[in-house]
Amino acid sequence: MTKPFRLALGAAPDDSARTGRRIDPTSAISFSFDGRNYKGLAGDTLASALVANGIRLVGRSFKYHRPRGILGLGAEEPNGLVTLGTGDRLEPNVRCTQVELYDGLVARSQNRWPGLSFDIGAINNKFSRFLPSGFYYKTFKGPGRSGWMFYENFIRRSAGLGPAPTRPDPDGYEHFNVSCDVLVVGSGAAGISAARAAAATGARVIVADENAYFGGLADCMGGTIEDRAQLEWVNQEVGVLAQAENVHLLPRTTVAGHYDHNFVLMLERVADHDPALVEEGAPRHRLWRVRAKEIILASGALERPLTFANNDRPGIMLASAIRANIHRYGVVPGEVGVLFTNNDNAYQTALDLQDIGVSIARIVDVRADPSGLPVNLAKAAGMPLMFGSGVQDVVTEKRGQQIKGVKVGGLFGAGGVHASELVACDFVAVSGGWNPAVHLYSHIGGKPAFDAERQIFVPGPVQDHLSVVGAANGTFGLEEIVHEADQAGDVVARRALGKRPIRRPASKIPFAKGVAEDDWESIWLVPAPGAKKRPNKHFVDFQNDVTAADLQLAVQEGYRSVEHVKRYTTLGMATDQGKTSNINALGLLSDALGKTIPEVGTTTFRPPYTPVSFGAIAGLRSRNLFQPVRQTPVSNWQAKNGADYEPVGQWRRPFCYPLAGEDREVAINREVLAVRHRAGIIDLSTLGKIEVKGADAGKFLDLMYTNIISTLKENRCRYGLMMDDQGLLFDDGVIVRLGIDRFLLHTTSGNADRTAGWLELWLQTEWPDLKVFVTPVTEQWAQFAVGGPHARDVLKKLRGTIKWGADVFPPLTAQFGKLLGAEVRVYRISYSGELSFEIATPANNGRALWDAILEAGEEYGIAPYGTEALHVLRAEKGFIAIGDETDGTVTPLDLGLGWAVSKKKADFVGKRSLERSFMVPGPHRKQLVGVFTHDPAEVLPIGCQALDTDQIQPPPPMLGHISSSYWSPTLDRSIALALIKNGQNRIGDTMYFPVGNKVLSGTLVDPIFYDREGLRQNG
Amino acid sequence: MLLITCPVCNVTADETEFHCGGEAHIKRPASSDPANVSERAQYEYLYVRNNPRGMHREMWLCSRGCGKWFYAMRDTLTLQFHAFYGITDSPPPLPDGNGTGSGS
Repeated sequence: MTKPFRLALGAAPDDSARTGRRIDPTSAISFSFDGRNYKGLAGDTLASALVANGIRLVGRSFKYHRPRGILGLGAEEPNGLVTLGTGDRLEPNVRCTQVELYDGLVARSQNRWPGLSFDIGAINNKFSRFLPSGFYYKTFKGPGRSGWMFYENFIRRSAGLGPAPTRPDPDGYEHFNVSCDVLVVGSGAAGISAARAAAATGARVIVADENAYFGGLADCMGGTIEDRAQLEWVNQEVGVLAQAENVHLLPRTTVAGHYDHNFVLMLERVADHDPALVEEGAPRHRLWRVRAKEIILASGALERPLTFANNDRPGIMLASAIRANIHRYGVVPGEVGVLFTNNDNAYQTALDLQDIGVSIARIVDVRADPSGLPVNLAKAAGMPLMFGSGVQDVVTEKRGQQIKGVKVGGLFGAGGVHASELVACDFVAVSGGWNPAVHLYSHIGGKPAFDAERQIFVPGPVQDHLSVVGAANGTFGLEEIVHEADQAGDVVARRALGKRPIRRPASKIPFAKGVAEDDWESIWLVPAPGAKKRPNKHFVDFQNDVTAADLQLAVQEGYRSVEHVKRYTTLGMATDQGKTSNINALGLLSDALGKTIPEVGTTTFRPPYTPVSFGAIAGLRSRNLFQPVRQTPVSNWQAKNGADYEPVGQWRRPFCYPLAGEDREVAINREVLAVRHRAGIIDLSTLGKIEVKGADAGKFLDLMYTNIISTLKENRCRYGLMMDDQGLLFDDGVIVRLGIDRFLLHTTSGNADRTAGWLELWLQTEWPDLKVFVTPVTEQWAQFAVGGPHARDVLKKLRGTIKWGADVFPPLTAQFGKLLGAEVRVYRISYSGELSFEIATPANNGRALWDAILEAGEEYGIAPYGTEALHVLRAEKGFIAIGDETDGTVTPLDLGLGWAVSKKKADFVGKRSLERSFMVPGPHRKQLVGVFTHDPAEVLPIGCQALDTDQIQPPPPMLGHISSSYWSPTLDRSIALALIKNGQNRIGDTMYFPVGNKVLSGTLVDPIFYDREGLRQNG
Repeated sequence: MLLITCPVCNVTADETEFHCGGEAHIKRPASSDPANVSERAQYEYLYVRNNPRGMHREMWLCSRGCGKWFYAMRDTLTLQFHAFYGITDSPPPLPDGNGTGSGS
């Protein structure tokens, strides 16, 4: 199995060895792919181990299910996506070129059924001429709106990437927040030169590289720095940087996104290469949030594929990937190769292949007369060369999975082709030149500029403190790369430190010598042999199965903008974001439209550069730490006494307290009747409490509330409403005057922070001269409502200074004193409609008071009740609830609360808006009413629409909706509140309510269902 | 991720520590003459906002810091801040060469 794909290697890894320097030939490890076990070597990537095992077929393409093999070397890989792991550690869509092999690794191929080599979906390939761009849009559109919904199920099953894991991720993740003077992205010759110069100034430098080791492509490019091989020099300098206190080297760290003001997100894969680290407690991934004063982008370049018929066959790889596989892992994809190139650089791959004994059947160069040094070396080595020519097609066997040879022929004129010749081979190296990796430059809006001479996009003007150097900047000669990077490193580091730039002696700059290379010649499409053959097997975007024919069709159909073509054909989407396809596509579009590439447009790269795990984004903020749960002083009691919770903002409030054998409905009815007939207690500690203090407190509250607050006497309570300045109601609550310049406001539980912020906004920005302080005190106080006909009897038993008699404690008054030796504030207010007292006590006394009230109430059958009983009680009384009867479109007047809206005050927030023509009361407004369903057993669903007819087709006008709806155990029937157009004038009318397949009917009634006169609460 | 300096407490922090309150220096007509606010004036006060390509004066709240509102002048094209100033400070002039600004 090791022949011919794995080369004979020395006994131990040796950096100076020419081949396989990353692997340890003595350390075999096992892994599985699609259920079969294989052997790899320590240091392999999953991709190199697959190649070493002779596995070419690693996946099926997205749309046509064509067999696909590994194309690239790293982040640019569009085909080799696998699902890693099993069970709760399942991760789909991982590029196998970036997976470091470890013992026991489990990988599966994707988008195939039942198996990879025989895949039913591959039949799509036979019909590919019927699956052109926009196929789904054109085909699956009828009948009616349900058409797509019908087809979608089937389409989703046959097109797709890997499966999502179905169980929670067991691994740990964390965030680091750091700042630095200079962040260097990439660690090839450019990155290391820049980092070295920056570090020499004393600046704090971070160097991040997505690979497990530093050096970028230094190990497969020629040339020398300081008279040493590139890699040797880089390794030495990395050693020096690693010792420097002001430098932090981060391998396995992808700079995923570049955001405003030099904020950068980096994903460090801490333990992906060695799961044992997770067992030891390491996080799997770490997200670095970096604020860098200066960023040096040395992200290099990605090799460009060439577009010819069947250019996606397994065994066709980028020349750089083949070269790196030899040098790093000692693997080759086959025995006889053809190189198809338009540049000198790729000749090195042919030379390296010949060095290790792999024969080169042909070098096919699109250039008519190349004469660079690498070309001459290949000539001298006796390789068969063919100029001005192209690979026209690929001949395969085994259903496209094994290459037999390529058809080659001369190119002429406007892309026509001469007669072709079959050259036998079993793999093909391709190179269409290099695309600068400008992704991070473009993330915050940088527009790459087109260099027409070299046919590449290079960074244009730079915003923020970002410098681009080396191949990422379109600088390809080694001398120029080192010089440019070194200069940038020095200049930006001094700038970050606030130092002046200096002119450094030439001796400080490393002396580099590159391999002289001739220009390349771009070619966007090599036509297939045969007259007028459509280029529908000429793949441009491998990951999304977009062909040259698809792009031409989009243009024929009238698409002109590259952005529209991308969306129509899905070009450049999904996980690789067009790393190998975007530039070739622009070239093809430019030909098809007869415009230059800059006229066609550039392409915008968006973050992330490669996918970032959700776990890393969440960091520690998952499970219990996702959001803190706020606790009241009686939360522990509630938990021990069977509370059935509902979330309310950041709180969890008991919905009800079911006793043994009770369901929710039974428990709620029992709790409601306990309050109506005996006594009940509810924890209201979550209610927002805000103290407003100062000489102008009354004046300020008059501006913020709809009614007058300044006239409230000390120790008195008043119900108040707050609107926004559009006149829309957003909060209500009881205000208590604690002193001459001191008020306590109550807000709804979910609105406490918002209301405090609202008061601050107005106080600071509109009336900054008012002498007022706003202090939220919600959590300083425990607060309980004790209500029911026996409420007074229960509370009277508590020793203290509060006088409970009806004559001394009338409704809407407050007493401040002591109960059981602790401070209390007691308010006689009622949201249940029964005789009711709300008692507040400092939070640390809350539990003792709660326990004492329950004990005192035992003889009266006191029941703790939850939020649902609270709502039933208030709905029976026709009291509104913020968020039920209000939805951001409702005024106090709509709810019949005009009595609480002052007509005397000259101004308050929302007043002027209430006078606008469409806001004043009238038949055009939706108004609060009650609803009695004709069948008293039917409880209408909240949100249900109200109609004037029981005929729902064609859809009649929607005249309102149900805002609150409950079973009322007090009335022994259903009740509902509704907001109905002109409702206050329609009491007595019948309306209709569609519910599922039924239409229910009901009568509009007064919204107060119980004790209209208020005798009970005022008793 | 904008980097913002609160002119009240002088902390410099990520934008997630702040809250943007939209365009600054909107005059509330009812605050000066509540009895004579035209329908048009109320409409413009509530709903009409500048959306300039260039310099924009806006309100920010130091929500995770001192809790104070302040003003900022930000170029919506480059996203660079040109000034931070307090509620009662007089607005600094627009920088040279920027004719698209809103503000007062």
